[in-house]
Amino acid sequence: MGPEGTGAVTLSSIVAERVDTVAAPGPLPRARRRAPLAWLGAAPFFVYASLFLLLPAGDVLLGAFRSEQGDWTTANVRQLFHAEYLHAFENSIRISIYSAVVGGLVGALICYAALHPGAPRWVRTVFTAFAAVASQFGGVPLAFFFISSIGTLGVVTQFLKDWMGIDIYAHGVTVFGFWGVFLAYVYFQIPLMLLVLAPAVDGLRAEWREASESLGADALTYWRSVGIPVLAPSFLGAMVLLFGNAFAAQATAYALTSGGYNIVPLEITNVLNGNVVSDPHFGQALALGMIVVIAIAVLIYLPLQRRAARWMT
Amino acid sequence: MPHLELQDLRKQFGTHTALGGVSVSLAEGEFLSLLGPSGCGKTTALRIIAGFLQPDSGRIVIAGEDVTSRAPNRRDIGMVFQAYSLFPNMTAAQNVAFGLKVRKWPSAKRDARVGELLEIVGLSHAVDRYPHQLSGGMQQRVALARALAIEPRVLLLDEPLSALDALVRVQLREEIRRVQTQLGITTVYVTHDQEEALSVSDRVAVMYGGGIEQLGSPAEIYGAPATRFVAEFIGTMNRLESRVAESEGGAVDINGAIVQVDAVRGRPAGQDVLLLLRPESITLETLNGKPPAPGGLAGEVTAQSFLGAITRLKIAAENGSELIANVPSTGAQAFNVAQRVVVRFPSDSARVLDV
Amino acid sequence: MPISGMVALAIGALYFLVPVFATIKFSVEQGHAGFGLQAYRQIFDDPQFRHTLWFSVQLALETTVVTMALMVPTVYWVHLRLPKIRAAVEAVTILPFVVPPIVLVVGLFDFFKSFSPDWLLQDFVFSPKFLVCAYVVLSLPFVYRALDAGIRAVDIQTLTEAAESLGASRSRTLFRVILPNLREAVLAACLLTFVIVLGEFTIASIALYQTFPVYITTIGSAQAYPAAALTVISVGLTFVAAAIFLVLGRIGLRKRRTALAAGMTSVAPAAVAKLGEA
Repeated sequence: MGPEGTGAVTLSSIVAERVDTVAAPGPLPRARRRAPLAWLGAAPFFVYASLFLLLPAGDVLLGAFRSEQGDWTTANVRQLFHAEYLHAFENSIRISIYSAVVGGLVGALICYAALHPGAPRWVRTVFTAFAAVASQFGGVPLAFFFISSIGTLGVVTQFLKDWMGIDIYAHGVTVFGFWGVFLAYVYFQIPLMLLVLAPAVDGLRAEWREASESLGADALTYWRSVGIPVLAPSFLGAMVLLFGNAFAAQATAYALTSGGYNIVPLEITNVLNGNVVSDPHFGQALALGMIVVIAIAVLIYLPLQRRAARWMT
Repeated sequence: MPHLELQDLRKQFGTHTALGGVSVSLAEGEFLSLLGPSGCGKTTALRIIAGFLQPDSGRIVIAGEDVTSRAPNRRDIGMVFQAYSLFPNMTAAQNVAFGLKVRKWPSAKRDARVGELLEIVGLSHAVDRYPHQLSGGMQQRVALARALAIEPRVLLLDEPLSALDALVRVQLREEIRRVQTQLGITTVYVTHDQEEALSVSDRVAVMYGGGIEQLGSPAEIYGAPATRFVAEFIGTMNRLESRVAESEGGAVDINGAIVQVDAVRGRPAGQDVLLLLRPESITLETLNGKPPAPGGLAGEVTAQSFLGAITRLKIAAENGSELIANVPSTGAQAFNVAQRVVVRFPSDSARVLDV
Repeated sequence: MPISGMVALAIGALYFLVPVFATIKFSVEQGHAGFGLQAYRQIFDDPQFRHTLWFSVQLALETTVVTMALMVPTVYWVHLRLPKIRAAVEAVTILPFVVPPIVLVVGLFDFFKSFSPDWLLQDFVFSPKFLVCAYVVLSLPFVYRALDAGIRAVDIQTLTEAAESLGASRSRTLFRVILPNLREAVLAACLLTFVIVLGEFTIASIALYQTFPVYITTIGSAQAYPAAALTVISVGLTFVAAAIFLVLGRIGLRKRRTALAAGMTSVAPAAVAKLGEA
């Protein structure tokens, strides 16, 4: 069961649906009677969200600029730019991009193979169900999947050593560092890509392929002229989601490296666990940094998804 | 030599027979409709002609060439789908130009052809619009232009108007016919709408259960249905079970009433036949006390439906038959419900089918 | 399917299945003593296994209840009466993506510690109830999504109007007509919440609660073979949960049609009664 992946699927489907409803107007609105009172019905939700999401988020944003003594300062935010923390952001961004790209490409291929118009129904069901479960994967279970596979005594490690004479550890590949985290992230990025891209692949109408064939085009021409251009916005948007997902992930890297790998979520963990001596507000500064990076990703994502939705209706 | 031939096409899907041996020949420039209810095999036949489906047996021959085993992109066929077939990432002009680009036409020639086709379908003003900016009717016109741009040997249309509004449907079907006649392209048109098929086709093949029930001109299909299914499927038809009363002069006994019908001449007396009569062939006389002249069916009007130019009447005849008659609406006030009438029809207007 | 497709799927299958089998193999290894279920026995005998699993299950159940109680009426209400608010509600449900668990836990504790009176701190902030509140936020996006999709598929407006025109009160409409139709969506939302809470590590570990995932991590950093066994158990539990959902969903399909019919017939007597009054 899993700690990573929740927000991404939701984000993509909510935006897609919103564009849908804009394009297709619903039934006529009812007369607005007692409108102010009606707002009370939504109040519990907004009160809850404010208390447990909005205000804490605001607290983080503001707290990053406060010092232990209580006055305003930019010292914490400036500390973000020290070499060690800059490296943490670099590492986080790097592993997020790598896992998003690899997970994205592989996930897209598998998505198309399983869901293209004409794929048998059972393949579709099996893959979607498995992807739904696998995309939520993380933490120790996921870490152990890879410790068992490419750990020092792992099945794949032994296989490569005994049957192919390759000692990956001698080459610097270790499950407890970049490679372990990368492969583990890809494990949930691929299913996440499948889930997020599924609506777009479903939107590839069989008629386009058939029309293209009847006009004399071969498969390559179809993909070059129609398939890829149509899927591109959704694909790129999905990759951005994957980026955000990997960037925010904490449990898996923690389990694999016990907090030792230099990425932002683990640095925050170390500050909170007291493993690192620092101003507690520095943890908030790190969190602010994370919010900024992810917010940028969302801002890149939204127009891409809107463009994609336009072609899918 | 026929331009397009379907030779004994057969196709099974598991235990279901989609096509059970269908054969048709089209002359060059002919417009043939495949008409029938869902599941009759018309779309299967069309997709086999296009190459998206392989028949279990049988051949497709275009201008003497057997194309049955050729891939769809090498059959030189233009196809218009029911909906959504325009490439969403391309403008109308780019869509129409697609097939020409594939054939590596030089760009000047391409642009000229695109302009020409869009002009023919009346969309010169929408050249740079994207599909999502076009109405359903306009999209189908672009789809037609795109299919025709490549100068195909055969044009296939798969229920191209089903997804459109009624008014647009009527306009567009006439345009399709006009363009088709102008360019002289052999065309196969699939539809479940009989009015559509009858109004634009040179010939109609009525299909049912994987076979062709009748192949003929629209007038033949309508006026002389060859099977019970065609009689029931096309238009409204009075179906009266009767027995041959007189072989020489031609008369039938409909549950006691004797009526003149030329079509039974030569049939043995006493034979059971199904009498087919179109509502518009019936004339009605009001009965106001005087006894009727013989040869008609007396009865009473049970229902009246105003349909615009004509009014449809339901009549319960004394011999137990139920009939439907059409009368011009301008005279319909004479035939209100409960009015006693006599039903008559010309002796040569009824068709007869074996039971 | 073309060869390239099958190859892609085969490679995908390998990548995903090899680790599973590797872990199963690890979990039954006993060093040089061959194979056995020693590791599993060790886990099942460990009282902490039962305690933490039960604790996590409790948290999951509580979170599910709170989330449903909060979201079902909200989504229904928003769809029925406040369509303009939907944008705001959706924006809020997208926020947890921008404020991930590691950030949320920082904000939650700091905010509440700074602004809570002592009694609140003792009874609430430093109790598991606080953890449940955080988990509700984590599950908000998924729950909203599932309920929204479910409500969209059922034409709430028409059903409500039909029921009201037959004389039903608002609550009767909600419980006898609307909810039976949302059953699948509600089930999906419950399952998602359950799975999310049962697997949540970040917030629980920083808040120093001994939940099941925290327990797994503790074992994981100390003993390899039992940790592998725990992994197998935990993954198995996920699949069991997913399978339960699939089964419930399918039973729901048949029952749903009869539920709708029943709901409508239960509403009709009220209509007759009303006519009697007139």
